[in-house]
Amino acid sequence: MIDAWEWATGIVDWAVGDWSHPGEPDRGILARLVEHMRLSYVSILIGLVIALPLGVACVRWSPVYPPVLTGVNVLYAVPSIALFFLMLPYTGFSDWTAIIPLALYTLVILLPNVVDGLRQVPEHVRQAAVAMGFGPMRRLVFVELPVAVPVIIAGLRVASVATISMVSVASLVGLGGLGQLIVSEGFRRRFDDPIVVGIVLTVVLALVTDALLVIAQRLLTPWAHAGKGLLARKRAARAEATAVAGDAAVTSGTVSDHRESP
Amino acid sequence: MNVLTLLVEWFSDPAQWTGSAGIPVRLGEHVYYSLLGLLLSTVIAVPVGLFTGHTGVGGFLTTSLANFARALPTIGVLFLIVLLAGIGLVPVVCALVALAVPPILVNTHEGVRGVDPRLKDAAVGMGMRGREVLFKLEVPVATPLILLGMRTAAVQVVATATIAAYVGVGGLGRYIVDGQARQDLPMLLGGSVLVVGLAVVTTLLFAGMRRLLVAPGLRAEAAATR
Repeated sequence: MIDAWEWATGIVDWAVGDWSHPGEPDRGILARLVEHMRLSYVSILIGLVIALPLGVACVRWSPVYPPVLTGVNVLYAVPSIALFFLMLPYTGFSDWTAIIPLALYTLVILLPNVVDGLRQVPEHVRQAAVAMGFGPMRRLVFVELPVAVPVIIAGLRVASVATISMVSVASLVGLGGLGQLIVSEGFRRRFDDPIVVGIVLTVVLALVTDALLVIAQRLLTPWAHAGKGLLARKRAARAEATAVAGDAAVTSGTVSDHRESP
Repeated sequence: MNVLTLLVEWFSDPAQWTGSAGIPVRLGEHVYYSLLGLLLSTVIAVPVGLFTGHTGVGGFLTTSLANFARALPTIGVLFLIVLLAGIGLVPVVCALVALAVPPILVNTHEGVRGVDPRLKDAAVGMGMRGREVLFKLEVPVATPLILLGMRTAAVQVVATATIAAYVGVGGLGRYIVDGQARQDLPMLLGGSVLVVGLAVVTTLLFAGMRRLLVAPGLRAEAAATR
């Protein structure tokens, strides 16, 4: 018991001592954390920027979707270490070596969610938009995408947790943010404090990002919980129910596959 | 020389196919680690998921814990256990189990919990008890979702078992790690192709299992609505 306590305080002491080094902006835990955030957030954003138009295209020309999905799934099976190594000759030790593979991996989660989100827009909503004189582009941007936001954000939540935990693997090619604590400071020096700090901060970063995405969803879908009247409360209850269903998709990241069948 | 001819050359070299560092041995090791990790995860995750899904007890706790576990960096878990327990099979399998438990657990829980209440009422009305409802109704209905969770886990495990090579154990990761260390591109590519091939075979196996294990009635229903 006392051993465990000493072990834990030792780790905290190490973390506080090595948090940042004044005058050396590239050393210390803080620098690694910032690098981790940069690598993961840029990858997720690029993944989203690819997944949105690709998803729209897959909904419009539905025969394209199965082969694209298969391609994305096969890509996902390529071990991340191998992709990082293969990127090295082209991008060297720049951030892109980590970002390009990570962005491609996010597609396996984001693309099905964008497609499912757009497909579940109720037909009467679409027809109402047409009746109001919305052209295809305006209908997509102002009606269909906003209605699909909860499903897309559910995908983003899964993708961001997966990406944040996977960034660490990039440390094997000399990148990887908090993974560097794990690999170069911890494992190669036979020192467990940095490994524990790396794991804990990665998990905390993932949970904080997840919470931010939940807040973003609330802000982007104000209609799901607006107002105070009886009607609004009923609507809120219903939104709650869909939110629970959304959580189900979030926690597994695979339920979205399932959603097609019922 | 282009990549494809390099690969063909690497695969057609007879030296690749024999000895303790040959493809069959490495493939066997890789399959062994993956299977061990997946089986252990299933043995842990499925009963817990069945219990929480059926009773509703601790459902929120388990799904939150599973979500938390998905954020764990696999190499962190692997390296920490190597430092604490030493090199060997234990750290590799532990890291793979940490990776595979969350998707199986969550899908089992959601699959059982999501069974139509009307079906459960019907089962109770036919005189089934709690355990019978679970094994005769809920498990069969949840099987597609449980298999999907296992498939997701299996593909991740196969792709991630490559890092076993980093802690000095075998598997197809050896080709990737050694190929990088020796600047041997064909070896690195060959190892990656083998891992991808294994993942594709895994996916196909699960498609086959789905055909075998999912009740015909459910299959027909899924096909009708698809």
